[in-house]
Amino acid sequence: MFQEHYYSTARASNPQSFRAEKVNPDQAGLSRACFFRLAEDSPKPLSVTEGEMRERKGVFVTVGTTSFDKLVAAVDSEPVKAALFRRGFSHLQIQIGRGTYIPSKVSGEDGELEVDYFTFSPTIADHLTAASLVISHAGSGSIFETLRLGKPLVVVVNEDLMDNHQAELAEELADRKHLFFARGPHLLAQTIESMDLESLVPYTPGNPKNIADQIDAFFGFSSPGEGSDQKGGEGEGASVSKISKLFSFLFR
Amino acid sequence: MEPDFLTIIALIVSLLVIRVTYVLYWTGRPFKRAPTTSLRTMIVLGSGGHTAEMLSIVNVLQKDKYAPRSYVAALTDNMSLQKAQVYEESLQNHENNVDKKRGGAQFMQIYRSREVGQSYITSIGTTIVAIIHAMWIVLKLRPQVILCNGPGTCIPLCACAYLLKIIGWRWCTTIYIESIARVKKLSLSGFLLYKLPLADQFFVQWPLLQQKFPRSQYAGRVM
Repeated sequence: MFQEHYYSTARASNPQSFRAEKVNPDQAGLSRACFFRLAEDSPKPLSVTEGEMRERKGVFVTVGTTSFDKLVAAVDSEPVKAALFRRGFSHLQIQIGRGTYIPSKVSGEDGELEVDYFTFSPTIADHLTAASLVISHAGSGSIFETLRLGKPLVVVVNEDLMDNHQAELAEELADRKHLFFARGPHLLAQTIESMDLESLVPYTPGNPKNIADQIDAFFGFSSPGEGSDQKGGEGEGASVSKISKLFSFLFR
Repeated sequence: MEPDFLTIIALIVSLLVIRVTYVLYWTGRPFKRAPTTSLRTMIVLGSGGHTAEMLSIVNVLQKDKYAPRSYVAALTDNMSLQKAQVYEESLQNHENNVDKKRGGAQFMQIYRSREVGQSYITSIGTTIVAIIHAMWIVLKLRPQVILCNGPGTCIPLCACAYLLKIIGWRWCTTIYIESIARVKKLSLSGFLLYKLPLADQFFVQWPLLQQKFPRSQYAGRVM
């Protein structure tokens, strides 16, 4: 039919950079004219016009070294995929880790969210860098690696874990507006619908040097760049205060 | 007059009490004089984010002051020691360091007191094994500093080092940095090391914990 011809022409001319959505037959004439001009003049996709073309914005889902089937299943569900698509994302890459739930791959040719998955990768840094949104389990490694790259992040807590101290960290960072937080996979769709990416505050990485300096100070080592290590300590007249310190220490 | 059995026991107990009081008093007190040689350092690694955090701290330590370094991880944790080995190798490729004179980095594995999900009855046996193994490791590595940040493997190691401190065998300073994932509550290891107290320095990475545990120090986050 007319529409099938339309799609096949699109793929033939520029399969990589073009994603066609289903065109309303009433608008077919106008859309077709726009399409042909764009295919010849500009191989790169432009911003969305008439819902025809979609900028390549990827979502990366990671569960780290754990197994988090409920999250993978939630991401693979229609409500979440639809929410992501509505928010303007074009493709979804899921790192399933040790999980046993296998998501369905989707090619995205029919104007829907493209879906792909893998189990592990030596470093997920490349996937994080390429993504426009990251959805992660609540492991501190994944969280901080993503925040350091300045990527928008949605953290989903695994409620099946016995000792859920991970939720504390995600909650605190969400309170400080560094990420979005869903208490469980069942809340993911609504978190995605309602999140305001503009409200995120960039995370300033911490500096372990402060702790290292305190440790150096304990031993009397000078920090690099300062003078020589300190010698000598408390005076002898401190014995009385030492004894009173001892008593207060014993009976604290 | 021959001292009888009870007198001897009383003497030993009082000496022990005095010694324990002395050790407790000096626990946590900064060194009066900086050591003239480098300090043998033991670094306890753990699964998950523990190793990453620990290595980011080791990375900013003055390597010539904290050497030779040894790394200890649980027997079932394969990744952590690998990461530590890669890190130490990257150091060797840089400027020459005191390691070459005092011996290079060592990597050891320790039995876990209890695996996740293990029954509590069998845990008694495995904990005893872990404590014996920890004592063997501490006697072998002779650390002067222990750095740890929370995995359960650190408790037998810190306890054995403390025991050796009490009997006067070797003075070891324990430095504990609570994991960045602990925002409102301490981990069990942290709680034990804080309360007993076994740690000389106790760092937390969130200000709320510093308020709840006033003897701890807050010096920012490592990540």
